[in-house]
Parts: sequence; structure tokens; C-alpha cells
Amino acid sequence: MTIHIPTPLRVYTNGQGSVPVTGATVADALEALVTAHPGLRANLFNADGKLRSFVNVYLNDEDVRYLELKEDSPTTPDDELTIIPSIAGGR
Amino acid sequence: MLRLQFSDYESLRKHGEQTYPHECCGVLLGRFVDGVNEVEEIVAAGNTRTDSAHNRYQIAPVELIRIQRQARAKSLDIVGFYHSHPDHPAQWSATDIAEAHWLGCSYVITRVAHGKSDVTNSFLLRGTSEEDKSFEDEPIEIMMAVATSTK
Repeated sequence: MTIHIPTPLRVYTNGQGSVPVTGATVADALEALVTAHPGLRANLFNADGKLRSFVNVYLNDEDVRYLELKEDSPTTPDDELTIIPSIAGGR
Repeated sequence: MLRLQFSDYESLRKHGEQTYPHECCGVLLGRFVDGVNEVEEIVAAGNTRTDSAHNRYQIAPVELIRIQRQARAKSLDIVGFYHSHPDHPAQWSATDIAEAHWLGCSYVITRVAHGKSDVTNSFLLRGTSEEDKSFEDEPIEIMMAVATSTK
């Protein structure tokens, strides 16, 4: 499957915007990603190993947080994961 | 430095007037070229913070993913974002820095005073992580369209 990397994190993937990984679940795929690109780990996960609150992960068009199995959701080779940090602010 | 076309600059400022007294927001698509964030296209986005739209903005992640897909199809990247500060200075706020996570991207802020856009500033989010990120004043270079001759 493919994981799409947002522009700020491509410094940790040798500039790649999309990274192919193998994983039976979302969690497996993310682990494969940070194993291949260790610099990503601290940017994606907090000290407890949980996704940082501002990091959104979408399995195709679905927010993983709202899937029944969340990060344990199964994946197929044709699936796409997108990592997308939140955009927010205000005066 | 942020470089964008005058028409895009005008569009993002106009967006702030259209949504006044609420904050507008949008995405800057382009390329990182030799330390310059070059904007090729801007995409207006919806503000999901309807609970407090006069002083907060948020772009729905699912909309961002759609925009990112459009960008990828055109070989463009997300190089920045814009939003407005209705009746408030065009300076980043504590909320802006706390909620800024796209290191290396430009964050453009327009002050909209009494419904009219006046000052527009850009800030580059520098740093290598959440722990050392900071905003830096960033020059904006506005490109005027070049007239073409049909002769």
C-alpha cells in the first residue's frame, strides 16, 4: 500500500511524497513507515506511542480515529494512507 | 520568501472580505524552489470553526486531502496556507503558532478592517519539530502578469 507524506515530513523520507509499505493493518503500515524512516517517529507519535493529536491519518477517505477498529483496521495493497497535520489557528 | 501572482494575492485578500466578520482560510499550492515558496495556485477552503468563526479557523482534514490530491495530479505541493484576522493585526497569534504544524510552509495573514483587507503579512514556520518551531517574518514577492502580444 501507499502512504502519502505531507510536505514538512518529506525531509525524513528522502524527499519522497509517497512511500510504499507493507502492512496488514493501519498500525502495521505506520510502523513499517517509521521503521524505514526513523526520523518520522517523533514527529508522528508522542512518548506514549500514540499518534500526536494534530496528526490526522486517513485510510482512503476515512479518518482512522472514526473507524470501528481505528488503527487496527485491516488494509489491502490497493489502499492509500494519508498523513495530514491539522490546519487551524486564529487571532 | 513567498512568491505569488498578483491575481492570487488579490484573491486571498478578497476572500477575507467575503467572509468578514468571520475568518477565511485557504491553501497555497506550488513548489519549493531554492528556498522560495512559489505559489502556482490558491484554493479557498471552508472554515469548520463555525462555533467561533470570528476568531478561529480550521480546515477540515478531508477537504485538505482533496486539495492535496488535486495538487498531486498537477505535480504541485502544499507550500502554505492563508487566513484572515477580522479587525485584528496581521500578526501571528499564540493560537496560530500553537496550531501551526507544517514546518517550512508559509502562513499568510490578512487584516480585514471594517470589511476591507489592508495589511497582508507572511510568516515562515521554521524549525525541525514541534519543540523548536517558530514563525519568522517572510518577504512576499508579488508577480505581475506579463502582457502577451498577439502580433
